[in-house]
Amino acid sequence: MEVVHPADIDDAVGALAAHPEAVLLAGGTDLMVEVNFDQIRPETVVALRRLEDIQDVSRRRIGAGVTFRRLESGDHNALAQLARTIGSPQIRAAGTIGGNIGTASPAGDSLPFLAGLDAEIELHSTSGTRRLPWDEFFTGVKRTARRPDELITAAVLPEDLPDFQEFAKIGQRSAMVISIVAACVFRWRDGRTRVALGSVGPTPVRARRAEEMISQEADPGPAALEEFARLVSEEVSPITDHRGTSDYRRHASGVLARRLLERCLSS
Amino acid sequence: MRVQMTVNGEARVCDVKGSESLLFALRDYLNLTGSKGACEQGECGSCSVLLDGELVCSCLVMAADAEGSEVVTIEGLGGPELHPVQKALVDSGAVQCGFCTPGFVVAAAALLEENPAPTSDEMREALAGNICRCTGYGAILRGLEALVGGR
Repeated sequence: MEVVHPADIDDAVGALAAHPEAVLLAGGTDLMVEVNFDQIRPETVVALRRLEDIQDVSRRRIGAGVTFRRLESGDHNALAQLARTIGSPQIRAAGTIGGNIGTASPAGDSLPFLAGLDAEIELHSTSGTRRLPWDEFFTGVKRTARRPDELITAAVLPEDLPDFQEFAKIGQRSAMVISIVAACVFRWRDGRTRVALGSVGPTPVRARRAEEMISQEADPGPAALEEFARLVSEEVSPITDHRGTSDYRRHASGVLARRLLERCLSS
Repeated sequence: MRVQMTVNGEARVCDVKGSESLLFALRDYLNLTGSKGACEQGECGSCSVLLDGELVCSCLVMAADAEGSEVVTIEGLGGPELHPVQKALVDSGAVQCGFCTPGFVVAAAALLEENPAPTSDEMREALAGNICRCTGYGAILRGLEALVGGR
């Protein structure tokens, strides 16, 4: 086995071009579980933990190498909230947002945040840089449009950021949980609202009919909130698995989204 | 593959075969058996170490990726004397089978380094990644509360 410690992005994408079979190692919180259980035996590893070029975070650009520990404080309330719910301190100190994006688990907790904001995923390769909208990047359960020769370098957020943002998830306890449902709600002062959910479909789900309906409501009353929750529940497509049933996830999606919207409205 | 790292302040070298974890390298190559292996998937915290100053599960670190890094294990926490967290857990009788204890000590020491006066809630949150199969959490928290309260 060979381990490459690239000095910069060019170095990293050079290694990927030379070794298309290479496995990317960031925080190791997903990859090493597979290694420890002998599910994969990587031949070539490109190790990203100390790649400085992807460690910067600003209001609109989050470097792929930024750990969830660092994201626990920052400009984006929902991002800080979701970072704090991931794993344990040990997991947050290692796990990165780029790893979360690249693994593309349906339960990846940063995914609803990126989907709700219409973020773009920035990819580098020896042939250049491209940015893919989140809904072109995430293509299925643990599937993405990243080519083997590409490195995820950042998540890029739009210029028009919301005035209010809230995240919450449901799990079996308050730490070390994989989401049964995760939700992000964004609201602008002019009423525009976005709602994105995780763990209720193969890729993050935007409840667009619910968004459209509630965005018309300047000051939503109980009936509007009820209708919003109903529409969200209708728009998700959850499965039943060992963590929860489809019915439960559908119900919880509406409840969570409404609760988060209420928090946005009262802040 | 030769991996050089600083472990508990000493330069160490080990020959890593492939993608094995830092936990494996510490225990099997460097004979530092204080860090324990249990779940091997980052759920239990019994392999907690400090890697370049960050509290991590050593089972989720590829040993080859620790090249050039600084590692502190349970063996490196105290000096000739017990670390204050170790002493606090001894005083509160916070050990049953003891398997989880090194991980709890490393995690609690990391917490106190960052926040010398945590509340009980902050302690619980900071130790959320450490599991005690004997369910001895009460004595662990009482020990840490006494340590923080007595300062």
